[in-house]
Amino acid sequence: MDDTGLGIWGVPLAMLAGAIRVSTPFIFVSIGECLTERSGRINLGLEGTLVMGAMSAYGTALASGSPWLGVLVAALVGLLLGALHAGICQLPRVNDVATGIGLMLFGTGLAFFLGKPFIQPKAPNLGAIDLGWWSGIPQVRQALQVNYLFVIGIVLAFALAWALKNTRWGLIVRLAGESVDAALAIGASVNRVRLIATSIGGAFAGVGGAFLSLYYPGSWNEGLSSGQGLMAVALVIFARWDPVRCLWASLLFGAAGAISPALQSVGVTQGYYLFSAAPYVLTLALMIATCSPERSLRGAPGELGAVK
Amino acid sequence: MSQALERIVVPILALLASAVLFGLLLAIYAQVDPLEAFALMYQGAFGSWFSWQNTLTRAAPLILTALCTALPARLGLVIIGNEGALVAGGVAAAAAGVAVASAPPLVVQVTMALAAMAVGGAWIALAGGLRQWRGVNETISSLLLTYIAIALMNHFVEGPLRDPSSLNKPSTFPIGDANMLGTIPGTDVHWGLVYGIVACLAIYVFQRFTTWGFAMEVIGGNPKTARMMGLDVGRYVLLACAAGGAAAGLAGMVEVAAVHGRANASLAVGYGYSGILVAFLARHHPLAIVPVAILLGGIGASGGLLQRRLDLPDAAVVVLQGIIFVAILASETFYGRLWKPKAAA
Repeated sequence: MDDTGLGIWGVPLAMLAGAIRVSTPFIFVSIGECLTERSGRINLGLEGTLVMGAMSAYGTALASGSPWLGVLVAALVGLLLGALHAGICQLPRVNDVATGIGLMLFGTGLAFFLGKPFIQPKAPNLGAIDLGWWSGIPQVRQALQVNYLFVIGIVLAFALAWALKNTRWGLIVRLAGESVDAALAIGASVNRVRLIATSIGGAFAGVGGAFLSLYYPGSWNEGLSSGQGLMAVALVIFARWDPVRCLWASLLFGAAGAISPALQSVGVTQGYYLFSAAPYVLTLALMIATCSPERSLRGAPGELGAVK
Repeated sequence: MSQALERIVVPILALLASAVLFGLLLAIYAQVDPLEAFALMYQGAFGSWFSWQNTLTRAAPLILTALCTALPARLGLVIIGNEGALVAGGVAAAAAGVAVASAPPLVVQVTMALAAMAVGGAWIALAGGLRQWRGVNETISSLLLTYIAIALMNHFVEGPLRDPSSLNKPSTFPIGDANMLGTIPGTDVHWGLVYGIVACLAIYVFQRFTTWGFAMEVIGGNPKTARMMGLDVGRYVLLACAAGGAAAGLAGMVEVAAVHGRANASLAVGYGYSGILVAFLARHHPLAIVPVAILLGGIGASGGLLQRRLDLPDAAVVVLQGIIFVAILASETFYGRLWKPKAAA
């Protein structure tokens, strides 16, 4: 039954490992979406962007032998998809929620279409930093294998929070999200701000996808993403549009997603599939607990129609 | 006059634009002659009686799942949990069917349909209720509920409801051949198509000729006005969501009772997601849903032929659906601008 030698302590350890490993795509997608939503637009298509990012990163790494080139290409593909979303949404009378759903379908379909040849071959993976060198327990060492992208994601979350608060550029993004009139009054082009914010958000989501295909689980197939892109959008609402809180929420989700395999590793196989619903149930429960019909959400950008 | 013309011309232009984009993708990336591909798609979808039957069989669940998005949309809600309601309904139908399998077939089928509609309806009503009373965004919650439904299905077919003899693909016990829904006489198309068409007609009559239907239109037009008129918005939201979810649940029952004979992972093959597209293409109009579902069912049916003859990945038809979806949404911007002087834009 228990082959870890850690007994029941294997579960929290595996959840910690899960929080570190599984959370990275959540971090990237959610801080990208956070930026987009702060500019007053919602992009539900990030699920499609994530899958496209995963596919293009894998394909590039396979062809060039360089996983980091793959990450770069994934970011570019995400940037283009984000720009496409922004371009369509700024046409008059086009609904951004529906367009996001459309692009989600388009992105996943296109990724499966173009990615068919990459299902079998093995591309080089991104490396990891070994933070567990001090420990003699193999599980601990494995849990503390930290990927570079995880570190970059944490830095980006803090950087974005700082930039939104303290730079002129951050102020303009927030203005576009809070009040179009105010943004116009200082002479900012709302459409351009949102185009940039949505494109950068897409690029982040693309990098999140690159992590999926190039590190964990580390291969390309059609079942690679199970809604991480969409959960990240829900997570932004839960995190009250604050990049740093997006980071904590992502870690929480990563841990929740690791419950099921963690329990299995210590021999609890009952209800494996039931526990695999944990991240979704958690998201829903958190949304129920934090939303309210009477007032609009604290921290919600004023121009963001979808969450009113 | 020009308005009515727009409603036809704009979607057709969007479809043509999608075809051109898809054709470019085929020609440039896959090195396939687009005209040949389109001819094959026509052949696979509508070219023969055999393809027609395949198309109609695929259209049946699309009609029903489209209602799951279209009904709440009349009230201004964007529900995209169709796949979850279908899966939940399908599992409920299989469980109910197995439980009463020895009863007369008609009783079994009615029990299955009721169970599926109740569970599917409750599934989406939950999203609507959360929206109404807790302010939870219904688009995201309904999608989360889809993932929860699929996890629950996996739990049931791997555990409590599992037929031990289903080794390769864990499934529930079969409902039994005698209890299967038959086909429409003279065809290979099952009765689910009739369910879907009847549901669309009934909903059209309801929306067009009843007070409740009118009340829903008022709410969709302006919720504040509706509240001032004393309409109980929450009740209508719940009703529309429950009815839409029931339709998607029924689609799950049809898949179980007419196609697979049991519930397993084959339920979650994307009919729910395509149903969202059908609803948006039909502009949430119940009568337009039927032809649109047949068109998209045809695109889906032609995927196999594209794969066999041109060696295209099966996702090719999903790409086409995605392009159509985005093109149709983007084309919204042209309404009211085609026949006016440029200054109006």
